[in-house]
Order: sequence, then C-alpha cells, then structure tokens
Amino acid sequence: MNIPKELKYTKTHEWVKLIDEKTATIGITDFAQHNLGNIVFVNIQGEGSKLEIGDNLADIESVKAVSDVFSPVAGIISKVNNDLQDAPELFNDAPYDSWIVEISAITDMQDLLSAEEYEELVEKEA
Amino acid sequence: MELKTPLYQNHVIGGGKIVPFAGYLLPVQYEEGVIAEHNTVRTKAGLFDVSHMAEVTFKGSDALKNLQYLLANDFTNMVDGQVRYTPMCNPEGGIIDDLLVYKIRDNDYMLVVNASNRFKDVTWMKKNIFGDVQFEDISDHVAQIALQGPKSLDILRKLADEKYIPVKYYSFIEKGLVSGIECIVSQTGYTGEGGFEFYCKPEDASFLWDKLLEAGKEFGLIPCGLGARDTLRLEAAMPLHGHEMTDELTPLESDLGIFVKMDKADFIGKSAIVKKSPVTKKRVGLKLIDKGIAREESKIYVNGKEVGITTSGTYAPYLGYPIAMAIIEIEYTAIGTIVQIDVRGRLISAEVVKLPFYKKG
Repeated sequence: MNIPKELKYTKTHEWVKLIDEKTATIGITDFAQHNLGNIVFVNIQGEGSKLEIGDNLADIESVKAVSDVFSPVAGIISKVNNDLQDAPELFNDAPYDSWIVEISAITDMQDLLSAEEYEELVEKEA
Repeated sequence: MELKTPLYQNHVIGGGKIVPFAGYLLPVQYEEGVIAEHNTVRTKAGLFDVSHMAEVTFKGSDALKNLQYLLANDFTNMVDGQVRYTPMCNPEGGIIDDLLVYKIRDNDYMLVVNASNRFKDVTWMKKNIFGDVQFEDISDHVAQIALQGPKSLDILRKLADEKYIPVKYYSFIEKGLVSGIECIVSQTGYTGEGGFEFYCKPEDASFLWDKLLEAGKEFGLIPCGLGARDTLRLEAAMPLHGHEMTDELTPLESDLGIFVKMDKADFIGKSAIVKKSPVTKKRVGLKLIDKGIAREESKIYVNGKEVGITTSGTYAPYLGYPIAMAIIEIEYTAIGTIVQIDVRGRLISAEVVKLPFYKKG
C-alpha cells in the first residue's frame, strides 16, 4: 500500500497536501481507490463553494458503490480538477496525483493523521 | 455466520477479494477488477463460483403435476436433458423466486433456485407438494461452477469428450465427465454470453476449478467475482430476484410474461395475475444521458411527477455507459421516453431503451 510520507491523512481515507497555511489540495488514498475498485464517475462541488469541515466535496462512483469525499478543512474551493471528470480512472492509476479540489482561505482544519498513523489505521481495516 | 463454498481456498489463493453474500463468503472480484473481468467474459471467458446456488429435487409419479401447479411455466412438453426457466408465484401473483427446472427424465427433476431464497423456497414447496412426490433439498451436496464467454466451448473441449458437451442452449448432460470429474454439464448461464455450468460433488469442485483455469489459460480465461456477475447480468437485462422481481411484483410487471403460461390448468398465483392484468406498471431499461450512476431504489420522475423506481443500476463496462432497470408506470414505458432519476438529490436524465441493453453477436 502506497502512503507517501509528505502528505497528511484522514480516518475516512482522504489525503491532504498542505501548500501553505491557508491552501491545500485533497484527494483519496491508494487504500480508498483499491477498495472502491474501478472508478467510473466523479461529481465535484463547484469552484467557489464554501465548505465546512465534514462537508461533502465530491461523490466518487465506482462500478460497485458510491462514496462521499469529505472535506477535512473549512474553506473555499479555489480549483476543481476537471481532468478527473473526463478520466475518472486516474483515481485508480495515480491516486496521489489525482487531486480533486484545491481549497483556499482555510479557516479551520480537523486533526489530521501522519503517514505512520494512517498506515496503522489501514492495517487494522485491511 | 457465513459459510464457505468448497472453492473458498481457491479464491483466497487466487487473490479474490472475499465478501459475505447470501450467507456465503465469496469473491466480489479478483485482482484484475470488475471492468476487466466483465470485458474478459464478453470477449474471451471467465470462471465463476456459483456454489451458493441451491438445488432441490422432485421425484415420483406426481413430480410433473407438482411442478405444473407450483410454477408458472409449462413443463409438459420438455424432453429429457432440457432446462426451462420459470417464475414461482405466491397466491397474490407476486414472485417468490425465479428458477431453472432440469428434466433429468420422467418423474425426475432438479430445480436450481437463488441462494438467498433457499429456505423460503424449500418451506413453500414442502407446504404445497401433493401426491406421489419425493422432495429433497440437495444443496449441501452440490457445488456449481460457471464457465462463461465465447471461448467456453474451446476450453471445455480440452477437458471433455464431445458426448459430454450439450449441443443446445438450455440443455444438459446428466452424467458428464470433465477432466475425469463426474458432473452435470449444462449449457446455461447468467451473463448474456454462451457457456456452461457444472454441477459436481463439493469434494471435486476445487480440482475441477483448477483444471478449468489451467485449460483456459491459453484462451485468456480468468476467475471472476460477484461484481462482474452482477454487471454482466444487468448489461444482458437478466432480472434478479429482490430487484426486478419481488414478492409483490407479478411476472407480467417484471416483463416475464413469456414464462407464464396462462392457458395451462391452475397454478399458484394464476387467478391473481389475471386480476392484475393489464398491468399498470412494468420493468423497463434506462440508458442514462447525464453522468452518474442510478443505483437501486432511486426515484424516477416525469415532469416532476413520481412515476417509478430503479431496481438495479450500474456502469455497463462493455457498453461504456451507465444503465439501470426500473419499474415504471405503464404510460411512461414507451421506448424513447425521457425520465429524470433522483441520484442522491441530483436529477439525472435517462431514456427508456429496448431490452436487453447488450445482446451477444
């Protein structure tokens, strides 16, 4: 299972890349894409949407199931990765390159897990 | 508690991702994933463990009479070695289950029913049998493997003599030999492709599975899980009990009218089906126009009016677009009708299309 050291993680299998204090990109982990199986659609909240911690920022549809992606931060969606809407299989191929949104003007953030802590969590769930 | 099929170890060794299903631990997929497994069955061949399916036997001089009364189809004109699909209805005309009837010979039949309905079906059958008939649930003594896809015949020919290979669709050889294993060899399946199903002793299943995989290697055969089994049957518009068929829906509402013989003598559910005809709602196929997947139990609207509900929905891997089946009010079932489906609060447009979505070439 690939868990890059430089990223932060949530218990619900999102990864967070902090670009600066007020900006982050968010995606789903290798473990998440593996569990979902072939991903065929993603529906992402629009640019400019204001999010609170725990708000849905995207729905990811795999052949088998639909899964919510939750925002671990409060802020405003400043960019949406439209490539994923056209080629959702990128989630499976390169989960850590497949950022879903960039969130700016971050005002709050939930406690995030380090790569080591996330690895422990995944080992328990696997 | 979940049971293990005789092939459980084969799945674990083969890299299957195991999930509980209908009381059994079965692989939902292997390493290749649902889409690859699905498309391999369409283009080459796939192997499925369907040992969870349940089998019962009807024997005796009144066996046929019992089937005629219990089931909606007609079995009087079957020949030995023939298979026939049928709904089994309750007195209200709803579908208790759908099943396959194997005529082994006069006074000797085997029925294959859904795993999740096994105990309900057995209770119902026992309650309604009459006359000279010996009824038995033999499920625990039967394992079942399905070989599906255009390369199935080439693969089977490597392991079985021609005389053990049934020539016609929906026919079977009672005592076939495949790789030395005695089994029923049946030309049936649940994928929309040609192929064979093997009913063997549980203790022989693991060996037969490995032999089939080995023989199929050169033809691209791979093991497949429940995920692909579901997308394949859905793409082929084959109904699934608990979805397109329920204890409340009549076979006519489920669009299975050709399997109900209203001109035969009385059978359970007949008078209720007559009363509920013509139907006011019916199963249809939907092709989604907008992006998204309408899974089961999504509400369907036309001009803001609720007109139905989806019963199954997925992304169709071979066709490359999302599809669903649904039960819709009869006024809105014409091919080409545009409906809206509520997918998690979002309205998605879909078109009523002809079934099946996919038909093999």
